[in-house]
This record gives sequence, C-alpha cells and structure tokens, in this order.
Amino acid sequence: MDNLFILLLFPVLGALVLAFVAHAKTAKWLALLMSLISLGLTIPFLVNFVPDASMQFEQRFAWIPSLGIHFHVGIDGISLPLVLLTNGLIPLIVLSAFSYDYKGGFYALVLFMQAGLLLVFTALDAFAFYVGWEVALIPIYFICALWGGENRIRVNLKFFIYTFLGSLLMLVAIIYLHLQVPSDDYELTSFYQLTLDSSTQRWIFWAFFIAFAIKMPIFPFHTWQPDTYTEAPTAGTMLLAGIMLKMGVYGVIRWLIPVAPLGFAAYGQLALILCVIGVVYASIIAFKQHDVKRLVAYSSIAHVGLIGAGIFAWNVQSMQGAIIQMVNHGISVVGLFFVLDIVSRRLGTREMSAMGGIAKPAPSLALVFLVIVMGAVGLPLTNGFIGEFLLLLGVYEYGLWYAVFAGLTLILGAVYMLRMYQKVMLGDMNARTSSFADIKGSEWVVLAVVVVLVIGIGIYPKPLLDISEAAVTDLIDKVGPIER
Amino acid sequence: MIDLIWLIPLLPLVGFLVNGLGRNVLPKSLVGVIGSGMVLASFLLSCGVFSVVYAARQAGEAASFTQAIFDWINAGNLHVSLSFLVDPLSAVMLLIVTGIGFLIHVYSIGYMKHDAGFAKFFAFLNLFIFFMLLLVLGSNYIVMFIGWEGVGLCSYLLIGFWFKNSAYASAAKKAFVMNRIGDLGFLIAVFLLFATFGTLEFSGIFPQAANMLVGDTTLLVITLLLFVAATGKSAQIPLFTWLPDAMAGPTPVSALIHAATMVTAGIYMIARSNILFTLSPITLQVVTAIGICTALLAAAIAVTQNDIKKVLAYSTVSQLGYMFLGLGVGAFTGAFFHVITHAFFKALLFLGAGSVIHAMSDEQDMRSMGGLKKQLPVTYLTMLVGTIAIAGIPPLSGFFSKDELLAHAFADNKLLWVLGFIGALFTVFYMFRMLFLTFFGKFRGTAEQASHLHESPATMTIPLIVLAVLAAVGGLLNVPSALGGSQALADFLSPVFADSVAIKGSFHLEHSTEYVLMGISALAAVVMAIIAYRQYVTKNMVPTSDDAPRSLLARLSYRKFYVDELYDALVVRPLNTLSVFLYRIVDNWGIDGIVNGLSRSVGESGRGIRLLQSGNVGFYIFMMVIAIVVLLAYGFFNG
Repeated sequence: MDNLFILLLFPVLGALVLAFVAHAKTAKWLALLMSLISLGLTIPFLVNFVPDASMQFEQRFAWIPSLGIHFHVGIDGISLPLVLLTNGLIPLIVLSAFSYDYKGGFYALVLFMQAGLLLVFTALDAFAFYVGWEVALIPIYFICALWGGENRIRVNLKFFIYTFLGSLLMLVAIIYLHLQVPSDDYELTSFYQLTLDSSTQRWIFWAFFIAFAIKMPIFPFHTWQPDTYTEAPTAGTMLLAGIMLKMGVYGVIRWLIPVAPLGFAAYGQLALILCVIGVVYASIIAFKQHDVKRLVAYSSIAHVGLIGAGIFAWNVQSMQGAIIQMVNHGISVVGLFFVLDIVSRRLGTREMSAMGGIAKPAPSLALVFLVIVMGAVGLPLTNGFIGEFLLLLGVYEYGLWYAVFAGLTLILGAVYMLRMYQKVMLGDMNARTSSFADIKGSEWVVLAVVVVLVIGIGIYPKPLLDISEAAVTDLIDKVGPIER
Repeated sequence: MIDLIWLIPLLPLVGFLVNGLGRNVLPKSLVGVIGSGMVLASFLLSCGVFSVVYAARQAGEAASFTQAIFDWINAGNLHVSLSFLVDPLSAVMLLIVTGIGFLIHVYSIGYMKHDAGFAKFFAFLNLFIFFMLLLVLGSNYIVMFIGWEGVGLCSYLLIGFWFKNSAYASAAKKAFVMNRIGDLGFLIAVFLLFATFGTLEFSGIFPQAANMLVGDTTLLVITLLLFVAATGKSAQIPLFTWLPDAMAGPTPVSALIHAATMVTAGIYMIARSNILFTLSPITLQVVTAIGICTALLAAAIAVTQNDIKKVLAYSTVSQLGYMFLGLGVGAFTGAFFHVITHAFFKALLFLGAGSVIHAMSDEQDMRSMGGLKKQLPVTYLTMLVGTIAIAGIPPLSGFFSKDELLAHAFADNKLLWVLGFIGALFTVFYMFRMLFLTFFGKFRGTAEQASHLHESPATMTIPLIVLAVLAAVGGLLNVPSALGGSQALADFLSPVFADSVAIKGSFHLEHSTEYVLMGISALAAVVMAIIAYRQYVTKNMVPTSDDAPRSLLARLSYRKFYVDELYDALVVRPLNTLSVFLYRIVDNWGIDGIVNGLSRSVGESGRGIRLLQSGNVGFYIFMMVIAIVVLLAYGFFNG
C-alpha cells in the first residue's frame, strides 16, 4: 500500500467525483471521507519509512520522453513531514469548513490542491515539481476568487500576479538548468551534479529565490499576503498559511541551495537578513492591527521569517528546527484561524474592538485558544518551543546578532498575541459577546486535534525529529562547507 | 526514595488535570482536597528525598542525585534530556515550594470559597507547583527553562484570574511580556553555554567552567545574560514594574508566586550557576549594584503606598534586591538563606493581608482600615510576628538572614553596608506603618464593612500560625558562629558552592565587628519601629488622599518615581507609533505602492482575469483534472 502514485492520484480522483456533487451536505461528508482516506493512505509510508538519508518509495516513468520529462517522485526524511502535514491538515481544514454550506466544487478544489501540494513535496523531477507548483496555485486562486471577501477580486489579482511572476522566473531557471544537463532530463540529481560557474549560479539563485520568497513570503515580497489571507475564506487561508507557504520553504531546501550552492554562498547572508527583518518588521506591524485575521497574517510573516532564517543558516539544528517548525506552524495557524473564524462568524465582525469577554460565556473556547496562542508564542512544552529553540540555536551558530534580532520574536510575539487574546477573550462582555455560544460538534473535533498536537509534539518531539535528522545531515554534507 | 523524584512534579500535574478537566462536575470540597492533597503528597515525598540528601551530607558526601526521564530534543550534537537533579540546593527548594505551596493551597480553600472559578483556581495553582518543581529539579538549563517559562504562564493566568477587569488582564500581559524580555536573555545565554561547553547539563558545564580563568569574556557575557533573565523573573531594575501590578491576582497567588517561590527563581538560578558568576567579577559588580539600587528604590516607594498589597509588593522587590546584593558580594548561602526566611515571613504577611482583605469585604486601602486587632486577633498576632521578622529584630528569622547579607556586604565594601542599612531602616518603617495603619487606632471603613468584620476561618488561620512559627524560628537554620551557632545551612549547602569558595576564598569577619554591626542594625530597627509607632499610633496620622498636595520627595515616592510613565514614553508609545508607521507608510504606501505600480505598468493584466468571475468552477476543475489525467496517461502509454 505504499505506492506513491496512489497517494498522489487519490485526491485527484476525489476532486473529480466531488466536482459533480451539488448537494452541500453530501459534499462535505464525502470530502471528509476522501481526505481521511488520503490520510489513511499516508500511514503505510510512515510505517515503512526507514529513517536514513535515502530516497524511498520512488516511482519513475517517462512522462513526455521527447522532452526528457519524467514523472519521478519519492519520499525522504525531508519530504515525509510535509506529506504528513498536508494529508493531516486537509481533513481538519475540510472539517473546519463544515459550518459553511460549500458545494462539491469547493471541496474538489481543496482536494485538487492537495494533489498539487503532494506532488511538490515529492517531485524529484523539475518538471513534475513545476507542474505540482502550478496545480497547487490554480485551485487556491479559485477558492479565494469565488468564496472570498468583498475585495477579493482586487486582492486576488495581486496575489496572482505576484505568484505568477515567481513561477515564471522559476520556469526560466528550470529550463536553463535542463539545457545544461548532459543527459537531457529534468532530474533533481542531474541538477545537483551540474557544475555551473559562480555567476550563473548567482542568477539561478535569484530566479528560484524570488519564486520561493514570494510564496513564503519573505520581506519585502510579502505585500500580497496580508490582503490575501484576510480576504480568503478561512479554509483558503488555512490552505495558504498551513500548507502552501511550505512549498516555498521546501523549494529552498530542495531546489535552491543544493542546486546553486555558489549563489547561496554569495547571497545566503542577504537572504537571511531579509528573513530576520521580516521577523521584527511583521511583528511590530502586528501590534496595532485591529482585524484579527490580518493580525495573524502578519504574525505568520514573522514566524515564516524565522523558519527562512533557519534554512539560510544551513546547519543541522536550524534545519531540523525549520522542518519541525513547518509542521508546527501548520498546526498552529489552522488552530488560530479556526478559532478566529468561529469568533468572527458568531459576532459578524473581525474587528477586535467589537469583541471582549468571550472567555466568560465560552470557557472551553478560551482554554483551547490559550493553548494555541501559547504554542504560537513558543512556550516550552508546546510544539512552538521545539521549533523556535532549534531555529534560534541554529541561527545563533550562524551569528550571534542574527539570533538576538530573530529572538525578539519571543518578546514581540508575546506582545501581539497576548494583546489579541486579551481583546478577544478577556475583559468585560458587551451586548454582542454576552450570548456567545461555546464550541460544539465538529468545532470540538478540530480544536481537540490541534490542542493534542500542540502539546503532544511539545512534550515528545523526538519521533518527528528522528524522521528528518539523517536526511538533513546528509543534504548539508552533500552541499559541503559554504564559504561566505 | 530517590527513585521517586519524578513523582514529585508529576503529582501536582495530575492535580491540575483532574481539577481542570473535572471543574464543572467535581464538588468544591473535593477540588480543594485534590488540589491540596497532591501538593501535600509532593511535600511528603520531598521530605523523604530531603532526608536521603541530608543523610548523605551527614556522611560527608556531596549528595547529588540525577534521574533521567527521557530524551527530549536531539539535533546534531545537541542532546537535551528531561532529567532531574536533587542536591542540597534543590532539596531545600523542594521543601519550600511544596511545603509553603501546601499551606497556601489550604489557605485558598477558605479564601476562594465563594469564587465561581474555584476549581480553575486550584488547577492553575497545581500547574504552577508543577512548573516550579521542574524549574527547581532540572538537571540542565533547558529543563530549568521549561519551568522558568511555565511559571511565567501560570503567573499570567493567575494575575489575570479575574479577567473581567481589563486592568487585571493588562497587568497579566505586562508580567508575561516583561518576563519574556528576561527569557530572551536566558535563551541566548543557553546558546552561548552550548557553544562554549558542548552540553547544557549542569554536571557537564560547571566542572569545565571551574577550570576557566577569572574574567573570561564568554563567561562574562553568559552571566550578564543570565542576570538579565533574573531581573525579569525576580523583578529587579529595570524589569521590576510588573510585580506591583501583579497584585491584581488573588492574594494567595501573591503569597505563593509573587513572594515565596517564583520571584526567587532568579536567585536560585544564579546560586545554581554560582561558579560562572564567581568567575565573572564584573557581572557580580553589576548584580550588586542592581540589587542595592532595587532594594533602596522599592523601599522608598513602599513607605508611601496605601494599598496593603502594594506595600508588600514593593517590599518583596526590595527584599529580592537584598538577595541579589548578597549574590553580588559572593554570599551565596546568605542569599539563599534569605530566600528561605523571606519565603516564610512574606508568605505569612501576604496571607495575613489576604485575611484582612477578606474581612474588609475586598477593601485594600489601609486608609479605610484601622483598629482591626480586636476583630482579627490571630491575623494580627501572626502578622506582628511577620513584621518583626522582616524588620530584622532579633531573634526572629529575618534578623539572621539579613545580618548575614549585610555582614558580607560590609566585608566587600563598607558603603554597601551603609546603603543596605538605610534600606533596612526604610523596611522597618514601612512594615510597622502598615501594621499600625491596619490594626491600630480607630476603624476608618464604612459601617457596612464594620458589620462584616470577622476573623478568618481555620483553613486560613492555621497556615498563618504555621508560617508565623516558621518565620519566628527559621533563623535557627543558620546561626552565625559569632553567636555560637553552627551554620547548619552553610554546611549543608557547601558542596554546591565549593568551587566558588575555592576561588574566592572563604568569608571572614572579626567577631567583634560582627557584634557591632548586629547591634547597630538591631537597635536601629527598634528605633524605627518606635518612630512609626509615634507617627501612626500616638499621633494617629492617616495618609492623605490621593490628590492632596505632597512634597516633591513624597510625590516621587507615591507616584513610584514615574517609572511606568517613563517606560510608556520611551518604549511603549514609540513602538506603537512605529507599528502604525511601518504599516501605513512603509508597507501599504511604500512596498505595496511599488508593487502596484509595477503591475499597472505591466498593462491591463486584469482583463484576462475578469473571465474567471463569471466562470463555472465545476467546469474548470473538470478541465484541469482531465488535463492532468491525459498528461499522466500519455506518459504511461508512451513510457
């Protein structure tokens, strides 16, 4: 049962079926079932995975032989956590949309996107990677355009142009690299074996970097993000923040640094500095936001900035931190956006000034929200701490002052997160919030899973860390010492 | 017994889970029994563990026991295990945390009786004990850090326990954020420690450090950062302003977290890391300077405060300053001794204040109190003991611990002694002022309050009595040799501080000098108490109302030297302005403006996109899926 084709194709089939389901109730249950089957299909991979540096479960066949394109996929310790994240979060995201009466088309797009994401995380052929990249983008574009807020068209246009520009740059780089490959293919390993001169690697670095930096997003390529996250329907925001941005991070690890190590040597420090700026910059902006969704959107830029800094620091601690933090961040933002969705749906506004005192009528929601917030600010014994600690330790090994500035997230994160918590949950009730209903039904399921993961990973992160350790160490060795 | 160390923190955690999950179903009586019972069980286990350590010390061993639970974080050469260390230092701390913790739990059964969040309160209190025990028991800096941040969380939860009041919720946030500033220092210190020593275990770091040179730069930076962490947790300049605000929490919380245990974590951490600090004389000077300045500043504020809890809060800040003074001059045992005696008398004073507030229908302003000794005899007598103890009047506990600190300060630098002595005078004055304003003279409250005045129930008075006894006799733990004592605590703790003593040399002061110092401070304390008596009992003076004109000095003290206002103007407001500036100008107008300009120049790129608005999604998806399937199939059949 550990055939990677099945894992990749199943969501596509699911999407195909769901596209024709018009009845909302049938659609959501069917979508949940499909996503749970996908999750179930992931288990054999987890069980049969050998925690070493090798590529496993490989599948390869000639796709378009005349162009040297192969459909080549496989899983190693770096992709497995992300495959797990994708297939683990999709059921939660589907479940979190249960209160909305979306038709089959919506869920079809979600599952279709899932297939694209999985392809990105498993592709070992640059063309397949690129296909996955675009396949993941188009559905989310539709989700935002059709189910988003009032400004969705304007905002979506910006989102589309941004990411389209990134894709284009990446495509140019991929084709260029392909032309240099002696065996005339798009294989990742062929790309790794290329010995390009420094000046070529430098522009390759930028072409990939901008594509990935937009997706994550890294400062100053981020201005599409707060608008898009805010205007997207909550499920879309979860997909974007929870999973999709990891495409960018994963791209840097898999396709950028090992392919253009000399470019990385030249500009890695600059990239790291941009990431650290993003941490501080977005955190400070988050201080005074009054729209809860926009606040969390900015906080996400800060958190991703730290992950990016960890990648560009490029050592075992920082990379391990980055990988586990990608998973943690996914769990956290799904939890955060879901709680905020519950609150703003019941109150009919996302303005914090209209909230307050909800902890009184909804103590369970307040408690769950607290755990999620604590995970987001990286309190020890929550998942966020493990990631932040390893990331900052790794960044420290790169340079003390980078760690000091990136470490400000510890303080700034507490400021804006606790401010939000206070404004939403604490204080006195107002006319709107006094009749607030506590969480029930499917809301409980989603939030319980999130809370268990937040605390579970926080207490015992070892299994997750063990998955990627060998692969990360191996990749860093392969790239070799970086001369800055 | 040593095998059961893991149970000590686990039991309160179980209490937290049971009371937390069962908060809507369990009856209040059971909640109280579970909450207190778990801590009592931990206390008994701690006694068992302590007796083993004590026996080992009597046999002349170093008495250090480690227990590893599991590997927590592994990444490259980093290996962090969840493991515990029991040695003389942590063994004593265990007794304080669980012992005083238990008494305060019992007290809370009475104090919180009518509160709707009774079960939640006990759950949080248990959670606090769990994290505090992790902090104390950690065998490496990371486990200590878990506890360190965990107690911060509990502090946040309990300060904001009555969250309906947004001022209380803000106080909670302030405490958390200010602590986090210190925590960043802790974390970076940890990184430096790991880079320098390759491990984070105490047993791996300290022996290596002991071989380093005095004045090593890395150690200097590490210790300064650790001290930054300590200023946050233990409320020292410049991060002390959260502690007075933290009085928003229920009074048992103030007693347990903000007086007896959590706020002493900074002292514990430095005492634990003593070798690192001994090798960094510059840091020790900084610690000394901050300690004495905080002690004086807070004492100077306490003399004019009218809120009974605020007086005690500033007193706590001030006493913590004395402990840091002790650490700075190398009196590690003395500082820790003061941690112990302070835990006794300050917990007592806070609980006493709670008993008063309880009787006064939640009134905290001393101007509305007065003459309460008739209605609250037990509270009065126990608080009297606590006041005499903190004032340093022999033979109660505070005299011995403060004397030891001041004697060391004298040996280090006579000016330090003078400053410490002045602070001690303030201490005596504000404490007796509090006592007299509360319990002497005529009742100044409303008739309504007068009719409700009552002594607290036994669940509250028994902990007061126990603590009063401890505050009275606690000094016997470490009677100086000048008074014919055996310095039992110093002997017991000696293996922990052995390396530091080897470098610094042992402390020596002529007995005759010590007698003079003791005599002066004891006499001065009595004189100050008499002055306070004349002022507030004989002359029956009552502090003026808030807006009455005050002299410059009195106003500075009353307004807490405007430190909060200063931080607001220097940090909070500029950051908020920066936030708005970055958002409106840099982000929306600058960066996004450029992007929008670029996309406009690309042309009417929106035209093609517009088609999507009217599209049929199902159709699009269908087309996409078909396309993918065709592509795949093409590959299959041609491959």
